[in-house]
Amino acid sequence: MFDGIQRRVVSLWFPRLATDRVLRQHPNDAPFVLTLQQKNANRIYCLNAEATRRGLERGMPYSDARAFCPNLQSRPAEPQKDRHFLRILRRWATRYCPWVGLEGDNGLVLDVTGSTHLFGGEDALIADLHHRLERSGISVQIGLADTRGAAWALAHYGQGIIAPSGDTLNTIAELPVAALRLDDETSVGLQRLGLRRISDLASAARAPLTRRFGPNLLLRLDQALGTHPEDITPLAEPPHYGVRLTLPEPIGLTSDVMAGTDRLLRQLCDKLKAQEMGARILCLTLDRVDHGNQKVELRLARPLRDPNRILPLFESGVGAVDAGFGIERLRLEATQVEPLQVEQIGHVSAAQKGALDDLITRLGTRIGLENIHRLLPADSHIPERSFITAPAAYSDPESGWKVTQPRPICLFPPEPIAGTGSNPPDRFRWRRMSLTTGRATGPERISPEWWLEDENWRSGVRDYWRIETRQGRRLWMFYTPQQPGWFVQGEFA
Amino acid sequence: MTYSSLPHFPLKSGRAHEVCGAGAFVFAFALAAHKGGKIIWVREGWEPTQINPNGSIAFVDPADLIICQTKTQSETLAVAEEALRSGAASLVVMTLGKPLGLTEGRRLQLAARDGASTGLAVIPDGMGSNAAETRWRCNPTFDPKDSTHQKWELIKNKSGTLGVWYVRWDTASRRLVMVSPAGN
Repeated sequence: MFDGIQRRVVSLWFPRLATDRVLRQHPNDAPFVLTLQQKNANRIYCLNAEATRRGLERGMPYSDARAFCPNLQSRPAEPQKDRHFLRILRRWATRYCPWVGLEGDNGLVLDVTGSTHLFGGEDALIADLHHRLERSGISVQIGLADTRGAAWALAHYGQGIIAPSGDTLNTIAELPVAALRLDDETSVGLQRLGLRRISDLASAARAPLTRRFGPNLLLRLDQALGTHPEDITPLAEPPHYGVRLTLPEPIGLTSDVMAGTDRLLRQLCDKLKAQEMGARILCLTLDRVDHGNQKVELRLARPLRDPNRILPLFESGVGAVDAGFGIERLRLEATQVEPLQVEQIGHVSAAQKGALDDLITRLGTRIGLENIHRLLPADSHIPERSFITAPAAYSDPESGWKVTQPRPICLFPPEPIAGTGSNPPDRFRWRRMSLTTGRATGPERISPEWWLEDENWRSGVRDYWRIETRQGRRLWMFYTPQQPGWFVQGEFA
Repeated sequence: MTYSSLPHFPLKSGRAHEVCGAGAFVFAFALAAHKGGKIIWVREGWEPTQINPNGSIAFVDPADLIICQTKTQSETLAVAEEALRSGAASLVVMTLGKPLGLTEGRRLQLAARDGASTGLAVIPDGMGSNAAETRWRCNPTFDPKDSTHQKWELIKNKSGTLGVWYVRWDTASRRLVMVSPAGN
């Protein structure tokens, strides 16, 4: 593998990662558990040391646990946050070596080959890990060996042992076979055969074992002993879309700030281009000499990475900034990014489309992007629900409007008028106008959608009529036969 | 006769115009259909009357319509001015509830000139600004045979004469057709 240098691997196991994460924020000495809905019951997902001492265990139904331990405290588990916390720990662990990977849901694996001397040797490294993790309230078990498999075994089953280099088998010989990362079925099967320890397994004949348990068992053994290589996959750092510019002298003019922003924007857009991403929300932070800071946020109507288009959009925000005694540092960060593929530049009206998106962005900074709508078709006969108002920045125009009957050009909440009977009234008053029916077309019956609760449609089915009045107005009126009454709901062209 | 014989229509680009009356929405959509391109419609958020795309599809494709909701009339005017100046939309319609001062009207004209797009303010009757290029009063009229009959009056014109026309909308060709007055 490495010429002359023996590979050394540290395995960290956080047996109570989830509870430690919560208890770091809400310190508590009482028995404490996190519960999760598993197998149709609220079960213990993770528990602290005190709860373990009271005889509780993982996977136990929460109601049983309450019976065992009346003063038990609990919270719902959040596995997503735990995974995120483990990633934070992984990033922290790169202080010991650059090659750190995840081990399952609650462990890390560090390839510390050649970096132990930086911390004063292996014992000192392990002591330092213990010290720092315990101090931050995270319980940990650590194993150090030549291989990933052996380090895992020592972390889980041989607390505190450091396998000397080149002597892996003797160190892990006395550990149970489960320390080889085997599934329960295999380890129980091995115990039934009388192979309880790793030394038993290593000295047994290989062929019958493979025949009986499949190739995985001996693969795990070989990986632990180092005869079969096993990789550690370090996670890639997520790309960070932030750039900054520190100035030797404070600046205050809008044109200077825009020039600085331009420089930052070009760097940022190069980063975005390399990752094929587009910025959705940009945040420009201007640090002032007096340690205050001013923020300019830009929400874009479309993901963008073209500095020439983004820069003019910053103008109104930068113009409103109070520079105070001067600005000495600029920081530009894309706080929300979206995938944006590289596109072939077409000759057909590409500039026109961009102009509309830029306009939506500029209007969005004034009235909020959520107040700029476009109308999308919806599959419903109910007039109010036959279209959807969607934010223009987060939707694309759709076609597929199906109009079978003439519909009014504008709609308003139903306005009651005086009228009786199922035929439209000849004369009626609406909005203080006295109107005479000239021509009535209808009825068109529309039934409420029973599967959706709608306050306005409580009155049952509606018979819609197009009423053209002699005075000119063309109204869309309906009659509700189940609760007799006439209403005006819209106006035609 | 076809639409081309209706004078001053479609309205002059690079200027802001006004329309009032019950048929104002129809006028706006008919103008949008003749102009083509994108339409930005600025309205105040509290207004109960909303555009029904299933009805306006007889005039324009709802995909070309962007609706901006504002809180106050000054915000409406600011948004309309910005939209006019950018020139990204061929028509910017704003619905106003309060009278428009000369300053605001003039600002709209300048913005429309910079962006070479058309502005159209839907105003209540008799509340126009002196800065408007033209002002129209549109009302639907009853016609025994036709359901899109309208009476359009040009009541203010900075560069021409006034007049009254009777029109109807031809949905199939999406064009305005001039007709003789009803009953004659």
